[in-house]
Amino acid sequence: MSCQFLLLLLLSVGVSAVEVQRPRGVPLSKRQFYEEGKPFTCLDGSRTIPFDRVNDDYCDCQDGSDEPGTAACPNGSFHCTNAGFRPTFIPSSRINDGICDCCDTTDEYNSGATCQNTCRELGRKERESLQKMAEITKEGFLLKQQLIHEGKRGLEDKKAKLGDVQGGKKDMEAKVEALRTVKESAEQPEREAKERHLKAWEDQKALIQKEKDSARMAEVFLELDDDADGFVSVPELLSHSELDPDADGSFTEAEAQGLLGGVDKVDAVAFESMWSNVKEKYMSESNADTPAPEETSREEINEPVSDNESDQYPDDDIPEDEDDDDEEDEDDDRDEHDYKTPPTARTEEKKDDDEGAMPPYDQETQNLIDGKNRVIVIETCKQILFNFGLGICFRNLEKEISFDFGPSSEFAYLYSQCYELTTSEYIYRLCPFNRVTQKSKFGGSETNLGSWGKWAGPEDSIYSVMKYEHGTGCWQGPSRSTTVKLTCGKETVVTSTSEPSRCEYLMEFTSPAVCQEPPSLEISSHEHQEL
Amino acid sequence: MIYSTAVVQLMAPLLVVGLALCLSGTWAVDKGNFKTCEQSAFCKRQRALKPGESPYRALLETMELTNTRLTLQLINDNNKVRLLLELYRLQGNITRVKINELKPLKPRYEVPDVLIREPTTEPLSVLSQDENGVVLSLGVESQRVIISARPFRLDIMEGSDVLMSLNSRGLLAFEHLRMRKDTFSYKVTSTVASVWDNIKRTTKEEEEKVEDGMWEETFKSHTDSKPNGPSAVSLDFSLPGVEHVYGIPEHADTLRLKTTDNGDPYRLYNLDVFQYELYNPMALYGSVPVMVAHSPQRTTGIFWLNAAETWVDISSNTGSSETPQTDVRWISESGIIDVFIMLGPTPKDVFSQYASLTGTQSFPPLASLGYHQCRWNYNDQEDVKSVDAGFDEHDIPYDFIWLDIEHTDGKRYFTWDPHKFATPKEMLQGLMDKKRKMVAIVDPHIKVDSNYKIHNEIRSLGFYVKNKDGGDYEGWCWPGSASYPDFTRADMRAWWASMFAYDQYEGTMENLHTWNDMNEPSVFNGPEVTMHKDAMHGSWEHRDIHNLYGLYVQMATAEGLIQRSGGVERPFVLTRAFFAGSQRIGAVWTGDNAAEWDHLKISIPMCLSMGLVGISFCGADIGGFFKSPSTELLVRWYQAGAYQPFYRAHAHLDTPRREPWLFGPENTALIREAVRQRYTFLPYWYQLFYRRDLLVHPVVEEGARGVTAYLPGKDEVWFDVHTFQKHNGAQNLYIPVTMSSIPVFQRGGSIIPRKLRVRRSSTCMEHDPYTLYVALNLQRTADGELYIDDGHTFNYEKKEFIYRKLTFANKVLSSVNLAPDAKFTTDSWIERIIVLGASKPSKVTLKTADGQEKQLEFDFNASMSVLTVRKPGMNAGADWTVTFQ
Repeated sequence: MSCQFLLLLLLSVGVSAVEVQRPRGVPLSKRQFYEEGKPFTCLDGSRTIPFDRVNDDYCDCQDGSDEPGTAACPNGSFHCTNAGFRPTFIPSSRINDGICDCCDTTDEYNSGATCQNTCRELGRKERESLQKMAEITKEGFLLKQQLIHEGKRGLEDKKAKLGDVQGGKKDMEAKVEALRTVKESAEQPEREAKERHLKAWEDQKALIQKEKDSARMAEVFLELDDDADGFVSVPELLSHSELDPDADGSFTEAEAQGLLGGVDKVDAVAFESMWSNVKEKYMSESNADTPAPEETSREEINEPVSDNESDQYPDDDIPEDEDDDDEEDEDDDRDEHDYKTPPTARTEEKKDDDEGAMPPYDQETQNLIDGKNRVIVIETCKQILFNFGLGICFRNLEKEISFDFGPSSEFAYLYSQCYELTTSEYIYRLCPFNRVTQKSKFGGSETNLGSWGKWAGPEDSIYSVMKYEHGTGCWQGPSRSTTVKLTCGKETVVTSTSEPSRCEYLMEFTSPAVCQEPPSLEISSHEHQEL
Repeated sequence: MIYSTAVVQLMAPLLVVGLALCLSGTWAVDKGNFKTCEQSAFCKRQRALKPGESPYRALLETMELTNTRLTLQLINDNNKVRLLLELYRLQGNITRVKINELKPLKPRYEVPDVLIREPTTEPLSVLSQDENGVVLSLGVESQRVIISARPFRLDIMEGSDVLMSLNSRGLLAFEHLRMRKDTFSYKVTSTVASVWDNIKRTTKEEEEKVEDGMWEETFKSHTDSKPNGPSAVSLDFSLPGVEHVYGIPEHADTLRLKTTDNGDPYRLYNLDVFQYELYNPMALYGSVPVMVAHSPQRTTGIFWLNAAETWVDISSNTGSSETPQTDVRWISESGIIDVFIMLGPTPKDVFSQYASLTGTQSFPPLASLGYHQCRWNYNDQEDVKSVDAGFDEHDIPYDFIWLDIEHTDGKRYFTWDPHKFATPKEMLQGLMDKKRKMVAIVDPHIKVDSNYKIHNEIRSLGFYVKNKDGGDYEGWCWPGSASYPDFTRADMRAWWASMFAYDQYEGTMENLHTWNDMNEPSVFNGPEVTMHKDAMHGSWEHRDIHNLYGLYVQMATAEGLIQRSGGVERPFVLTRAFFAGSQRIGAVWTGDNAAEWDHLKISIPMCLSMGLVGISFCGADIGGFFKSPSTELLVRWYQAGAYQPFYRAHAHLDTPRREPWLFGPENTALIREAVRQRYTFLPYWYQLFYRRDLLVHPVVEEGARGVTAYLPGKDEVWFDVHTFQKHNGAQNLYIPVTMSSIPVFQRGGSIIPRKLRVRRSSTCMEHDPYTLYVALNLQRTADGELYIDDGHTFNYEKKEFIYRKLTFANKVLSSVNLAPDAKFTTDSWIERIIVLGASKPSKVTLKTADGQEKQLEFDFNASMSVLTVRKPGMNAGADWTVTFQ
């Protein structure tokens, strides 16, 4: 394209230099049809007229070809050579209309308009801007290659990930099942050792308890036996009103007798049989701290789930909304919420009210806990959870992969990014493949200007326009929508926004991803040099 | 003046279409916001009067006749209130009848500023007189006025034919001003001041019934305090022999007015009606109290000069075996009866009679006849620039781009939005560089804001309309709280005009023109979305002047545009509200229509109705204002609009963009072609202001494959302007149509000058050559005119123009100067002559004023009988003859 026009540029310069004679308004390429002095045949072949009727300010040919240099034909066109700039055709209605259209002023040869020849200036400017553009294109295109590379890799990764999951639920379940088995078998020796240790500890605890109880009973017997006659009698019991079985405030003798098993007094041996009725209620006269202090034994074995486990989720997978319904505003909140609330750490809260701590594991058990099996268990658990997480974000991943990120995934990098532009009134936010929003600079809620719809460029460059649709509804109107026009640029930025029609927004957006391969630059710049 | 009111004649052929419209309407206005006759106390009161014996008697003994003025007292035998009748014979076959109270308690409003001057009177003479009445001669063709005494009645006769009768049904009613009986002042007056008068009155006077709504009236939440009490006037007119009456715009209805026996009368009360409904007599934005009565024998007109709320009842005996007759009755809320009876006899006579009273259509700048691109809103300067560029890119001509209210700084008119239109002069210069222009809106409601210069000045000058309590009237409109300048004041209008000076209205240049919208006036929170009737304009109530307000706004604005150019440039001002006389000021459009086929259809009779009563520079929003048109509708609208006087596309803020190139290349081409056709005819539209030689039958049906047009005239022939196909007159012609068709016919016998070199704006075409289309009639003759001036100044008033008569007769086409004392030169020449219905000549010779002769080359198409003369080349302002031998 660019080459072609440069070629024309070159030609035209040549032409003006040589000043090839031809009727006004005729391009060099058609010169041969206008031969001085010879009858002229309309280019559509419709008729032949004397040559002096070419450009005689009267339209003889239906196709307008006899008046290339006057405004006589309604459908004619005039060729401006525009030496120093770009040659062009203008409708012949613009010849001598008092408005300078051709930069070489040739269209206003008889209107009195004072036109300046601006071709060289325009040419210079255009070359500058072309050069600039070419540079941008070049750099942009390089960046694009990178983007393509990254995009492809990212996509492959994701596809692979998805493939894992997509391998089918069965695969995943089987995998999880297998992992569970691995986990369980890896846990087996450890669990057994721990159980053994625990059982031993509990047996020992029971024994100690029993001894303690007997000692206390003896102690209480002695305390109750006020007269130290070796018997606990009814009167002796009555002094301990807390022992009143129906706790009605009057501890009768009959009740005391009942406690003693129907007799008036019991000896230490017989006391043993009534001990269970007494021990809970009995208050030591010395207020000795009889109940054992409650102690929590810290469970050393933690479940493998911890805060940092969430680190195992791939960052860019988890935060994506799992819901693709386009409710506005809430989305973000929910996302944030998801972020900020980590999976709850489940700490074992197993309490032991026995006094004394469980003795440390024996070396063998400890080895099991610290050993390879334990590592396997943790890793396996992680994998199970990872697979589980993949399941959760399966939809997101699938969604992401289903996006059309361009023929070479060059637009993939825009995914999950947002770009802002602040105008005098609003902050506009474009989150490619997601949505466009507008928010007043002075506060207020966000307005959805459309959610990702489709690529909507013309057929030959479908990836030059993005369409975001079904935004917040307009009062008495359609729902808001945004057209994003992409142009090549080194940076990814929103350069302008406007609202050409009510509720139909237009955004200009530059990105390296739309940069086309520059035409062989060396030739091009070489030709520029010649100009 | 050469550009008479004859615009009607351009529009007249369209009549065919107007009458053929089918009656259907489905659109939604909130009717509840607007009064029916029943809800308007005076209308209800007056309409309750039934035809019968009039209580009015002419007191013949009070008759006084000077040379040109007859006065006579009328007495109402029921209440003894006396009226004064004045009768004048006016130049040009017009009779004026004025009726006022003989001794009103206070003056009653008489409409100023509508008549272009005090009409010239002609002598009247008494032919005979007896105790039953008087016969006056009107001086023309045995025309007489018979005044009958008991009951009072007035008949206008020609020979033995009654042309029109007044009060023949006894519906003359004149509510005299009276004291409110429960007020202190009444008691004082009745006991002290005019005892005698009261005694005299009460002797036989029936006690006046006080009815609801006489002294106070409430509609919805609005109360009209009516401090002056009842003041309505009413009169009936009988039109023997008449079956068709037209006029009294503005209504969204058929051209021919319908009888109102089974519904409301036609209402004239300038109102901002949101989403107006079609085919009903509801009031709209403007009012012209002029009715044209037409029969094959005679055309007459009634001009009821009253600016208060007015209702018009029409009934007809059509269908009965009697001689056809139409009866009409006018009812106005206040003011006096001042009626001009225009006696024709031809339609053209009536139009010029009316023009002699209220003036002709202002001569617009040529460019304003081009295409106008409007939208609410072009967002900013960048937007304007890109739309402008779009026209060039798509090679569609246009002359004006428009800015609606959003261009202002917070709806403060005379200002620009500092961000979106930061450098208006730069923008205007950009347009000027392309020989294009702009229109920016200036509405009459002024934001109440002490930081707004315009508001502060108006307030400090005391120029605002006052509320009934004497404070500045405030209402709600686009800017929020707004006040309304009292445009009825000449000093206010002068001040307003001065605000358009380039140093006052900053950022403006000579290519910026103005648009007055909302000038009914629209008051969002007012009764019926307009101003309270008890608001005060000096000593007059808004009730008295209501229908005039819009005219005054446009008048002051146009004056401003004239003044800023030192009186040189013709102004262009578009208005939504209008009244009789608005034609002298500028253009009118049919307001906020909708993108529907029915609205396209109705635009034709609506503009025709206005054309019939002088306002010919009329158009409807192309495409429809509300809603979004289908592509087909849009294209058809562009095609129809190309042949209506004012050609502007407009769209509501909430509609999607619809610049002509947004509907695919095919439709862009169709629209381009329609606009280009418009431009080729510009010389003709311009000088027409107008003639009678084109018949247009726009396609206004969805999916139409053909239309049937009536080609009038038994001995006429018509030529299709596109194919040159010849058709005989007096036939219904079926014309197959495609999307590109705009059936247009040139009348045989006419010569139409056109410019076929369509450029990007009309100004660019100024020096271009003409092609003369000579359409021969059966007598093989044709004539036409060619008018040329500079296109934009008042210099034509200084005789700076070319005005030529073009005649084809005896195989000679000639150009003769019709204004030898006028001086103007043009670069334009005659590039081509096309003779339709021609026979083949052996040679064609041009003879110029210097006596030189030149053989001209020509081309003859025998199958179509079309002769094309190649490049005769003479200057358009010169004398010449072309002989076809």
